[in-house]
Amino acid sequence: MVYRPLLIAFGVLVLAPLLGGLLTGFDRWLSARLQARVGPPLWQPFADLVKLWHKDRLTVNVVQILYANAYLLFVAAALAELALGHDLLMLLFTLAFGTISLVLGGFSVRSPYSRFGAQREIMQLLAYEPILVLMVVAIYLRTGSFLVSRVVVFPRPLLPSLPLIFLGYLLVVVIKLRKSPFDLATSLHHPHQELVKGILTDYSGPYLGIIELAHWYELVLLLGLAGLFWATSVWAAAGVALLVYLAAITVDNVSARVTWAWMLRFAWQAGLGLAAINVVWLYLWGAGMP
Amino acid sequence: MSIVRWARGKSPWYFHYETGSCNGCAIEVFALQTPLYDLERFGIMNTGNPKHADLLLVTGCVGYRSGRVLRNLYHQMPGPKAVVAIGVCALTGGIFHDCYNLAPGADKVIPVDVYVPGCAPWPEAMIDGILLAAEKLRGAPVARDRRRLVEEEEPPAGGAGEEGKA
Ligand code: SF4
Repeated sequence: MVYRPLLIAFGVLVLAPLLGGLLTGFDRWLSARLQARVGPPLWQPFADLVKLWHKDRLTVNVVQILYANAYLLFVAAALAELALGHDLLMLLFTLAFGTISLVLGGFSVRSPYSRFGAQREIMQLLAYEPILVLMVVAIYLRTGSFLVSRVVVFPRPLLPSLPLIFLGYLLVVVIKLRKSPFDLATSLHHPHQELVKGILTDYSGPYLGIIELAHWYELVLLLGLAGLFWATSVWAAAGVALLVYLAAITVDNVSARVTWAWMLRFAWQAGLGLAAINVVWLYLWGAGMP
Repeated sequence: MSIVRWARGKSPWYFHYETGSCNGCAIEVFALQTPLYDLERFGIMNTGNPKHADLLLVTGCVGYRSGRVLRNLYHQMPGPKAVVAIGVCALTGGIFHDCYNLAPGADKVIPVDVYVPGCAPWPEAMIDGILLAAEKLRGAPVARDRRRLVEEEEPPAGGAGEEGKA
């Protein structure tokens, strides 16, 4: 049926916010519990979103709205690509476009906080993007394909042959979800602040809601990519994704914020180093693997 | 539209401005975030950005100078919004009420919705006041003509700031 991919994409794009919102609520609840607080209910992020959408529209300029929407669009498109089994490289590019939209939105206003946040967002992109690219290369070396649809039917789980890449990916998830110690560009759902609100300083009301929604899509996408590491069964994939999320939340709660230079050094030395070792190893001995 | 009302009541983010005084009230406001009082269980979050906030918490006695800043911050908040004045300093000026440089109370500068008396008020009283303000947000009009309403009610942000009026 020709409509099948469209239906799948539509279904995923409708369900992903529900899942993303619940996961965010779970994050906030668990974080509160780790800090010996009662914490908000699980549906809290939905109340936040509905409230934001019904606040007065207050914008600094029109371009800002465009970039917020572009961010949502690109991230949602990247998620649809994952759901439809498209090319992993294409997915990375789409995701990077989304991040760049957010950065441009941050630069489009005159608030210095927003601009600082945008600059730090670029640093984050610089830190994690090479690791993601090496991850895709490693997946190709192991499975012989860049297509998600091929990767998921690969008969063996990827994690045993990509253990170091997986560690690198954990780092990517923590940076990408803007969790401590890498909540440099902005900090989400925390009473503590980073440069007022960093890149989100001049977004308010419905536009902040759009960005929040994009974050939910991003969360589902990142966990979906984590699931690729054990894609032999749906439950195993979900288990790996959940473990990655729990690890990110734990790291968030036990660490303090670092500087962007520290992040860049760590991501390139540790993250990129591990990923590169894994890729070289796969390149030299990968052919003989079962 | 009841879901909008529900969401507004369940997710008020507050912005706290200390206009300058003994800081007793301000410290108690910070205490609201601690595990003992934990405001987040009501969905109430602290934000350092007036553009993200629904509630403005004012502590301390409002001077003519800080009143200008206060009014500016108030106008940066997108509606619907509510203001909670905390501590007798913010209510009437308190023990500083006859100082030459002070406005007697935050409500001389911006409209105040909830008054929480005390020097300093108990954190429980503050929570009570904040939840009252959240109740007020819940009652804010949801209809489309809200924007028209806002334009009628609020002067543009640029106009605020003459010291004589503060
Ligand atoms: S009301 Fe009392 S505790 Fe609060 S700021 Fe004034 S003097 Fe300090």
